[in-house]
Amino acid sequence: MSARVFQADVIIIGGGIMGSAAAFFLRRRGRSVILLERGLLGQQASGTNFGNVRRQGRALLQLPLANRSLAIWQKLPELIGEDVEFLPSGHMRICYGTDRLAMFEDYARKARDYDLELELLSGAKLRERFPFLGPQVGGASYSALDGHANPRLAAPAFGRAAARAGAQIFENTEVVAVEKDGVDFRATATDGCTFRAPAMLITAGAWANKLSTQFGETVNLVAHGPQMGVTEPVPYGLKTVVGVSAPTDLETLYFRQIPRGNIIFGGGQRGPAYPDLQRAYVRPENTLNQLRQLQRIAPALRQLNVIRVWSGIESYLPDDFPIMGASARVAGLHYAFGFCGAGFQLGPGVGDVMAELIATGSTSTPIAPFSISRFVQPETLAATA
Amino acid sequence: MAQPRIVIIGAGPAGVRCAEAFVAAGLKPTVIDEGRRDGGQIYRRQPANFLRSYAALYGTEAGRAEALHASFDKLQGKMDYLPQTLAWNISEGRVHLMHNDGVRRASSLAYDILVLCTGATDRLMPTPGWEYAGTYTLGAAQVALKSQAVAVGRQIVFLGSGPLLYLVASQYIKAGAQVAAVLDTSALALQWRALPKLCARPSLLWKGMLLLRAIRRAGVPILRGVTPIHIAGDAESGVQGVRYRTAAGAEQHLVCDAVAMGYHLRAETQLADLARCEFSFDTASRQWLPQVDEQGRSSVAGVYLAGDGVRIRGADAAENAGRLAALTALADHGYAVAPEQTATLLQQQLPMEDFRLGLQQAFPWPAGQAAALPDTTVICRCEGITAGELRAVVNLKGAREANRAKAFSRVGMGRCQGRYCGHAGAEVIAAALDCPIAEVGRLRTQAPVKPLAFNVVEEQQ
Repeated sequence: MSARVFQADVIIIGGGIMGSAAAFFLRRRGRSVILLERGLLGQQASGTNFGNVRRQGRALLQLPLANRSLAIWQKLPELIGEDVEFLPSGHMRICYGTDRLAMFEDYARKARDYDLELELLSGAKLRERFPFLGPQVGGASYSALDGHANPRLAAPAFGRAAARAGAQIFENTEVVAVEKDGVDFRATATDGCTFRAPAMLITAGAWANKLSTQFGETVNLVAHGPQMGVTEPVPYGLKTVVGVSAPTDLETLYFRQIPRGNIIFGGGQRGPAYPDLQRAYVRPENTLNQLRQLQRIAPALRQLNVIRVWSGIESYLPDDFPIMGASARVAGLHYAFGFCGAGFQLGPGVGDVMAELIATGSTSTPIAPFSISRFVQPETLAATA
Repeated sequence: MAQPRIVIIGAGPAGVRCAEAFVAAGLKPTVIDEGRRDGGQIYRRQPANFLRSYAALYGTEAGRAEALHASFDKLQGKMDYLPQTLAWNISEGRVHLMHNDGVRRASSLAYDILVLCTGATDRLMPTPGWEYAGTYTLGAAQVALKSQAVAVGRQIVFLGSGPLLYLVASQYIKAGAQVAAVLDTSALALQWRALPKLCARPSLLWKGMLLLRAIRRAGVPILRGVTPIHIAGDAESGVQGVRYRTAAGAEQHLVCDAVAMGYHLRAETQLADLARCEFSFDTASRQWLPQVDEQGRSSVAGVYLAGDGVRIRGADAAENAGRLAALTALADHGYAVAPEQTATLLQQQLPMEDFRLGLQQAFPWPAGQAAALPDTTVICRCEGITAGELRAVVNLKGAREANRAKAFSRVGMGRCQGRYCGHAGAEVIAAALDCPIAEVGRLRTQAPVKPLAFNVVEEQQ
């Protein structure tokens, strides 16, 4: 096959939930879009994560973005024409003992300024509302509007909606080289096809650093694998997503039940992930720790069986904040990657914000703290052109 | 030199002979087995307080069963034997165990040599109605009889293809059960055509003929070239009959209260997958199998594969393969192994492979049925997903690969993790796409190999 050349207003590299949502929102702003994905849409971190649509517990600086995203989740499925099983079931952070209640209170007070309403529960009131909690659970912070969705469906659904709206989506297309060639960016795939556009958005998760490095913007991006599991289905009763706030990783578990009946869980220590091999593993000892910890949260879970565990490839940055916004060095280049295991809820909002930024040159949602410039020294554009 | 740590998974024909060979070399292997007793599926030992004779239990294979059990009994004290233990996961150089004898305990074992002798289970093609109570796999029907001396129903139809179809039907007849009919989807002509390859093992072919004769003499009809239409019944009362089309094209109905079905066997390959062995597509059996050399080496150093868990060649070949894998592992780890011993075993395996290919030809997996299944047919019984739902994710959501179709449709996401629906699901996808089955790929194995209970006591390593 002869190598072909494709042209659009924007090239997006990486078809996770960030890239798929960005493609969708760019089309709504009338921009022509090429979305390039090495494998299939939403296969990596976007498809293997826990499925939390949670605002509470995030750094306050992330809440405006999380709120914008929640507003999009709340418009599903009408907005994209497909159900991704978003359920605003409520989300509860719990702690063992009462040591962390002051921290919960402090967070709740500050979060109110960001329109995140949290209800604090402890003692008899907590047991009455959530009788399944174990005796070690001492308090909870409840967010009524948060919930969960199905990560296996979300990114592909945004991708299909983008395609229906006219985006050109190329799956199984691995980009090997990116450069800015005069006014246009050029991405070259392994099959020799080239893609040209005056704007580029890199949403390639754990693989983004290989691309940003080609523009002189190397960051310390590290891959880890979430440690997920799911039980056999049992009658639907635990409607609230539950996550532990604890001083150690080992205790930081979370779970949710889906109407089908299965209980999905994750947390504890992370597992090994190998972006170059496209493999990530669940450590068996992590699974056993999860079983132990989950019984602390809800003793009734001890009756159940785990039927499957899985992992994926997530990317982390040293300060636990993502990289999002314009390049520090190259005009027209944008990034949204490295969401540190907490990107799923943000995905639709990130897509919307990046589309706004690329289409208008600015965004109404504050994202300055996530700029790549915190890791990369800006250079004059003349030096890189 | 420190002795290598040897772990053998499975105490069937391959695992027992493998353990025996390591013990003969002066080593002490650990044998892990899910069963209460050794023998695997084919030579399953009845509970100690049951008194049926070897001849009654194993028929023509009584001698081989008794020999295998006796060999295993002689290994007591010379190996670590962990029955009722599930190897639920493998990480680099370590196998993770769940002990189900009394209090559930979790533990793990490091290995230098791992031999997977994991055997096989039934291979299933859905038929409308196969989700009704009273539908069993051939293997399950045989376990009920061998282990507990019970039949799966009062009036039983045997449906499918492969040697196990005739073997289990004859065992039921011998035990006094009412067998309504044996319905073989393979055509007689195919079975004639496979004869040259089947002649590679004349004694086994002869035993097969004897089985057929015993079934006929009992007055049980054997129909070949049958196409199942549906299993009649309902969710409340279960199976009530089987509707099928004869080779001549006539629709017929049989009344029964149980169906034992299966289409030869599929290798239990999850542990090989978790051990990160490479797989390739085996055209003869239309299934993905771990890559293995004739001596049992997988693609991963230190991991060896033997028996029906890697190639469905039957019990005799499994005994050889278990020995071969042990000798090969010993040689690979610097132990002296008489080359003629290996050469003899390799020579004996040649007709076994011919016979395997003959069986695949005589009793082919009915891939073509998948395309014809009505949309309402349940494919994944664990999750209750129909052929129509699976086809929809292929046609409407662009899922062209088995794992993608699983992610979108849930086929293969339930308790069995696709062990029973995976092959049929792949055929439905391939038929919907009109593409070669190998292009659909295979479901990646994810731990646990079987459901893992929460309430376990962890042992300190």
